[in-house]
Amino acid sequence: MTEFEPKIIAFVCNWCTYAGADLTGTSRIKYAQNVKIIRFPCTGRIDFMLLLKSFGEGADGIIVSGCHPNDCHYTSGNFHARRRWIMFRGLLDMLGIDVRRIQYSWVSAAEGFKWADIVNSTVNTIRELGPYTEYEKVAGYLEKEANQ
Amino acid sequence: MSELIKKAAALLESKSVQVVIGYGKGTGNRTRTIFATQVTECENLIFDSRCVQNLAVYLTKLEIKKLGKPAIVAPVPVLRSILQLAVENQITESDLVILGITSESELIDFESFAAIETFLTTHKIEIEEKYTKTIDAIKAMPVAERFAYWVKELESCFKCYACRGACPLCYCTRCTVDDNQPQWISVASHPLGNLEWHIMRAMHLAGRCTDCEACYNACPMGIPIHLLTKSMLQDVADNFGSYGPSLDKQNTLSSFKPDDKESFIR
Repeated sequence: MTEFEPKIIAFVCNWCTYAGADLTGTSRIKYAQNVKIIRFPCTGRIDFMLLLKSFGEGADGIIVSGCHPNDCHYTSGNFHARRRWIMFRGLLDMLGIDVRRIQYSWVSAAEGFKWADIVNSTVNTIRELGPYTEYEKVAGYLEKEANQ
Repeated sequence: MSELIKKAAALLESKSVQVVIGYGKGTGNRTRTIFATQVTECENLIFDSRCVQNLAVYLTKLEIKKLGKPAIVAPVPVLRSILQLAVENQITESDLVILGITSESELIDFESFAAIETFLTTHKIEIEEKYTKTIDAIKAMPVAERFAYWVKELESCFKCYACRGACPLCYCTRCTVDDNQPQWISVASHPLGNLEWHIMRAMHLAGRCTDCEACYNACPMGIPIHLLTKSMLQDVADNFGSYGPSLDKQNTLSSFKPDDKESFIR
């Protein structure tokens, strides 16, 4: 049996973390290949439904990252996002969706090393937690019915 | 409540309102909403402990707006919803007449939304101990067990959207679940769609819910969805100080403070 490779989706903002991840690449820093990056205009645009959809489509972990507080390109998008994440995380915790599978971070355009570190540590965390079978079981219900 | 009937009739008589929204007798032991447009219809108005629907839900409905200016029978939970709707600029003071009813079943008049807010400072939202205990018990479960608990609880949901229909704050004319391009939430009654629907509903009420329990009362399957909104109220209090509508405060998720605290962002 091959070792479990976590599938991780990263939702990042265009202005800071995406540029930061770019810097990681141009600096030739190696990091885990498990992450698929989706670029957004701002963390304020990252709807909580998108995170749910990632789990529903089989992601094992999620990274959400944007500009540090006070650095938002749109001045306050990340402040709004932060409040939303606080509420969303509380709700997920109440519902028993494993909050350890979603890593939130601030990564600026200058923090190439930090981005590599965030990805690597998240991959390690998810590797320890294993595949998200509980959610997959719930999500797989429709397919099963279609096959019957 | 002969006083209430008299007051409502006088309002219709003087033509200061065109319709009175209130509680009336329903089938069996249930009550139903009545919309009195004639003075004689006011006789059917009742008020007792069975009247749990939140009438504020009608204030934003187009069909009711067409009837003209309303007077609304408003016990404390309805007053909270009216204030929240005012905070969200959905209603103005000249839009309606409020027939307030205190928790001691006494009539009370409100000149303005500010007067409602003053009244509500002595009637703060309180989450009953039986609920805080249940919420604590759920949160104390191991994460997988908690997930299984909710999947089981939500299993019987067949997405009739009665919770949405009964909620005074779910007033969007077009809801995400009604869209099918893209289909965000599957309409079939299966666990993933049920889970996503209830997460979305709770999130859209985050920092807005006034804890009237209309959603729970409306649910034909008795799913304890009010536990989700109650748990979020606690989160609002824990993270941002206080909950409950206030005219000079924006909604929790429509505002921010640069020094909001959290412990999970790296």
